[in-house]
Amino acid sequence: MMFKNVLIAASFLFLFSSLSAQEEDLLSLLGETETTDYTNASFKTNRVINLHSLENTASGVLDFKISHRFNPINNGIYDFFGLDGANIRLGLDYGVNDVMMVGIGRSSFEKTIDGYIKYKFLRQSKGKKNMPITAALLLTSAVNTLKWTNPDVEDLLKNRLFYTSQLILGRKFSESFSLQLSPTLVHRNLVETLAEKNDVFALGIGTRYKISKRIAINGEYIYLLPDQVANGVTNSLSVGVDIETGGHVFQLHFSNSRSMIEKGFVAESYGTWDSSLEGIHFGFNISRVFTLKRKKLEN
Amino acid sequence: MRKFFFGFYIFFMVVNVISGQKYFTKTGHISFYSDTPLEKIEGHNKSSNCVLDVATGKLEVATLVKGFQFEKALMQEHFNENYMESDKFPKAVFKGQIDNYSKLDISKNGKVTVKVSGDLTMHGVTKKVTTDAVVSINNGKIIADANFNILLADYNIKIPALVKDQIAKSLKIKVACTLEPLK
Repeated sequence: MMFKNVLIAASFLFLFSSLSAQEEDLLSLLGETETTDYTNASFKTNRVINLHSLENTASGVLDFKISHRFNPINNGIYDFFGLDGANIRLGLDYGVNDVMMVGIGRSSFEKTIDGYIKYKFLRQSKGKKNMPITAALLLTSAVNTLKWTNPDVEDLLKNRLFYTSQLILGRKFSESFSLQLSPTLVHRNLVETLAEKNDVFALGIGTRYKISKRIAINGEYIYLLPDQVANGVTNSLSVGVDIETGGHVFQLHFSNSRSMIEKGFVAESYGTWDSSLEGIHFGFNISRVFTLKRKKLEN
Repeated sequence: MRKFFFGFYIFFMVVNVISGQKYFTKTGHISFYSDTPLEKIEGHNKSSNCVLDVATGKLEVATLVKGFQFEKALMQEHFNENYMESDKFPKAVFKGQIDNYSKLDISKNGKVTVKVSGDLTMHGVTKKVTTDAVVSINNGKIIADANFNILLADYNIKIPALVKDQIAKSLKIKVACTLEPLK
């Protein structure tokens, strides 16, 4: 009798399991394979406006950047609100791999040549590997190639050099909102007056908010610690819009900084964001990417 | 009585084993092709999941949208960010059935063409899909290949006017899976 009961129970068990086998989700039999999902597209391009963003140029991709900052808007109609004159930076950025990029550029402002290397040591990700933020280190140097005009100081290469070290700590909080902090140290080998420090510490903050799939609003502010720079230097504040159109990103903005490299926009911005709009410049960055190394896809 | 239950028991055990004949892969290759005179775009995902129930002909395929690889990094970024919105819709899933299914004989090598129909869900939209598939048996493995076309508009994927000449309205999808018995 006991045996019979066990058999009945077993039969129902099998009946149940075979019936449920008809209903089950086949894919769930495989279970979930956990993968690491790296966050991408926190910003449309590798710059917020002037500041480096936490994004790199992709591996094997060359990004040609044409950037302009026009004369101050408050020059008025005589100067066509600044459009009659422009500072230009031409730059090339290249993604060496997924975490490192390098770049060079030349600015018409103070005829400066700059170069940089940017390395991401943490990448925001979820899944198998969970990392809440992206962190990168940016090292830049710049050399001023203007004709030497100061008769009291010898014209040595070291007197023309500037260096910047910057940490970029940021996070893409949602599909549309990203925020980053950029603690910055600008080192100037030679400064004009005793009151100016060779080392300038600053804290940058940059953000973007996407208002559609292809358009984003960007903003950045760089706070200078007191008593480091020349009289009249202001904290850099820029607001702009990013428009992405396939292979191009157009960044249009207003900024109180004239220069497009760190030593300039961090430590030598003069414009003021008040009602006079003195020294506010309209400008743009145009980014065009070329894929130099294509990813191999075997069929 | 005892014999009856014993027979009952054996019967359901057999049913259970038969319905348990499932074949699977986790390395299915799904690719798509957008072909226009201006630009050829293709994406490949080689870690797609596929399960076939040999007893019933039921078939399910799933793939992670972020797993598609492209020749150009920017294409991959735009594919995820602007078109498939992979953060919102991470998976593409097909759940279907081989039509007029007669059981595959796994023990014999051979090749048959079958019709597969079912629901393809991606970008938050589910649509009926029907396609021919070639199923071949090779030493206990099932190799399945299918090609079909889908319309991007069906899946609510919008192409901006600016790039409408670079992206085809109809994509060709290729599926190639080599299935092994699921233990």
